[in-house]
Amino acid sequence: MRIVVKLFAHYREGRFKVQEGDFPLGTKAADIIASLELEKTSPLGVLMVNGKHVSPDYSLREADEIALFPKIGGG
Amino acid sequence: MADKIYRVNMSNLSFKIEEVPASWMGLGGRGLTSTIVAEEVDPECHPLGPNNKLVFAPGLLSGTSASNSGRNSCGAKSPLTGGIKESNVGGTSAGIMAKLGVKALIIEGLPKDAETFYQLHVTKDRVEFIPVPELVGLDNYAVLEAMAAKYDKKVAVMSIGRIGEMRMNIANISVKDPGGKLRSHGRGGLGAVMGSKKIKCITVDAESYKEVTIENPEKFKEASKIFTKTLQENPISGQGLPAFGTNVLVNILNEAGGLPTHNFREGNWEHAEKICGETMAENIKARGGKTTHGCHAGCVIQCSQVYNDKDGNYLTSGFEYETIWALGAHLGIQDLDLIAKMDGLMDDLGVDSIETSVMLGLAVDAGILAYGDGARAYELLSHEIPTGTPLGRILGAGTHILGKAYGLVRVPTVKGQGIPAYEPRAVKGQGITYATTPMGADHTAGYAVATNILNSGGHIDPLKKEGQVELARNLQIASAAVDSTGMCIFVAFAALDDAKCLPSLIDMINARFGCALTIDDVMNLGKNILKKEHEFNIKAGFGKADDRLPEFMKYETLPPHNVTWDFTGEEIDAFWNF
Repeated sequence: MRIVVKLFAHYREGRFKVQEGDFPLGTKAADIIASLELEKTSPLGVLMVNGKHVSPDYSLREADEIALFPKIGGG
Repeated sequence: MADKIYRVNMSNLSFKIEEVPASWMGLGGRGLTSTIVAEEVDPECHPLGPNNKLVFAPGLLSGTSASNSGRNSCGAKSPLTGGIKESNVGGTSAGIMAKLGVKALIIEGLPKDAETFYQLHVTKDRVEFIPVPELVGLDNYAVLEAMAAKYDKKVAVMSIGRIGEMRMNIANISVKDPGGKLRSHGRGGLGAVMGSKKIKCITVDAESYKEVTIENPEKFKEASKIFTKTLQENPISGQGLPAFGTNVLVNILNEAGGLPTHNFREGNWEHAEKICGETMAENIKARGGKTTHGCHAGCVIQCSQVYNDKDGNYLTSGFEYETIWALGAHLGIQDLDLIAKMDGLMDDLGVDSIETSVMLGLAVDAGILAYGDGARAYELLSHEIPTGTPLGRILGAGTHILGKAYGLVRVPTVKGQGIPAYEPRAVKGQGITYATTPMGADHTAGYAVATNILNSGGHIDPLKKEGQVELARNLQIASAAVDSTGMCIFVAFAALDDAKCLPSLIDMINARFGCALTIDDVMNLGKNILKKEHEFNIKAGFGKADDRLPEFMKYETLPPHNVTWDFTGEEIDAFWNF
């Protein structure tokens, strides 16, 4: 299935901003986090799929857009 | 030497240095400014008339070596909202006032001579009233230069520009920072109150101060070390904020559908990438600016930055998410350099960069400029407003009055103050804060974005109503307490996620004053401050109907999540059940 992966803040360093890829059915958000070794850079802060907060065990579906942020803040 | 209250009367150009009343002893920052305004200012007074008072108070820990303790509070009845106002700032004024022993500076009355502007120079023993005709008509950087030529370069300066002299609602009070740039008591039109009192600038002597006394230096040192460590180890205050500044929020709010776009019509902006924190950080690195910069001495977070143009020339510092959002997604400017230039200009002019930019976005709906027309926006800001043309006066009165003048319905304000940067329909906890805070729409009053969007202090679904009133209440109580300590509000990220942070902060207060406050005492302080502020507003004529968001948010559906503002009045009013 086609999935769009978007990375932000420190997660972009040495990786990419946005990339579309083919992933096997049953791929979970956690699998993408692990395959990109994101938590070697910084602990996961926020995970959204199609603009909504989900947990890492979320099972991705065709055409989902997954957005991954390290722990960030401001105000 | 015990701290004193410095009381200035502009009606007869006199001053008194008073003992601190027992009931004010344990207060500082917002707790003290709001207490003084509530006790001494007639809530029915005209904010620009003789009976309003302008109060400055450093926080309880300001002037000490505690990290991030350099915030100064300013309070008054606000000409923008008509209610009580506290606005706090970095810069050097809090530390210098605290070291000089100024617990609060209270400015009363209006001069009889309506022509003369004064400089107030505060020293240990006196306040001097110096007529400054040569500074009239100048903006902030020229005032800083004049003061730098007159005094030791460390002198604290609080100043207003032309727009403050004209008593416009968007006027702020600008404060010199350690690098000689400007920080702002931004919100609520406090610069207009200073202008009404004919005060062009206030300087505080930095040559004769003493270090603040600490009752228990050993305990203080120990607690301070733990506190600093919690800030440095927290991924937000230790990594995210220093690397990208507050502007890191553009992308996350955009992704969550909570980035108000084109005057709160949509929750996403297709050009967000052009103005986001990641782009800003890349530009800074490529152009030789600074990604880290502290707004006050002792800041270990360093969320500020120095942003240069393509040729490496200074454009601005303290380049914040809310301003970038408002000139970007809200008003439509896609050029981050132009946004930076306008931000730098707003510093010099002395206007609230949130109110001014939200107002400029609304000016699109008024037909004054087209969405995205940065050149026209710059002209309005650099010419119409500071020269006080009739159009400039209407714009300078702020978002709410512009909406009234042009017969607009979709006016993003609460209690007359422009709504910043977080779409209430898609970040519902923040909407509750905007509706209920006595300050008018103020994101810092109870930053529910933290738990709705950023997963700090847990997670509460931003699109659902459940838990939002309680969240906003708890955060507003905690923020009122933190705003009294002199601490930067960004210590809250560590406080929300690290169990060692808040106890070490309280230990520092206890060591500083030799008291034995508990977390419950500090939360009670927060509750008392909020209640005092709320009561002032009620006496000033506010009712439940003022604790509401703009009506259009109830019947206009916001894409992409297609949400409305769906709280009932009763649900919102339950906020005050504490």
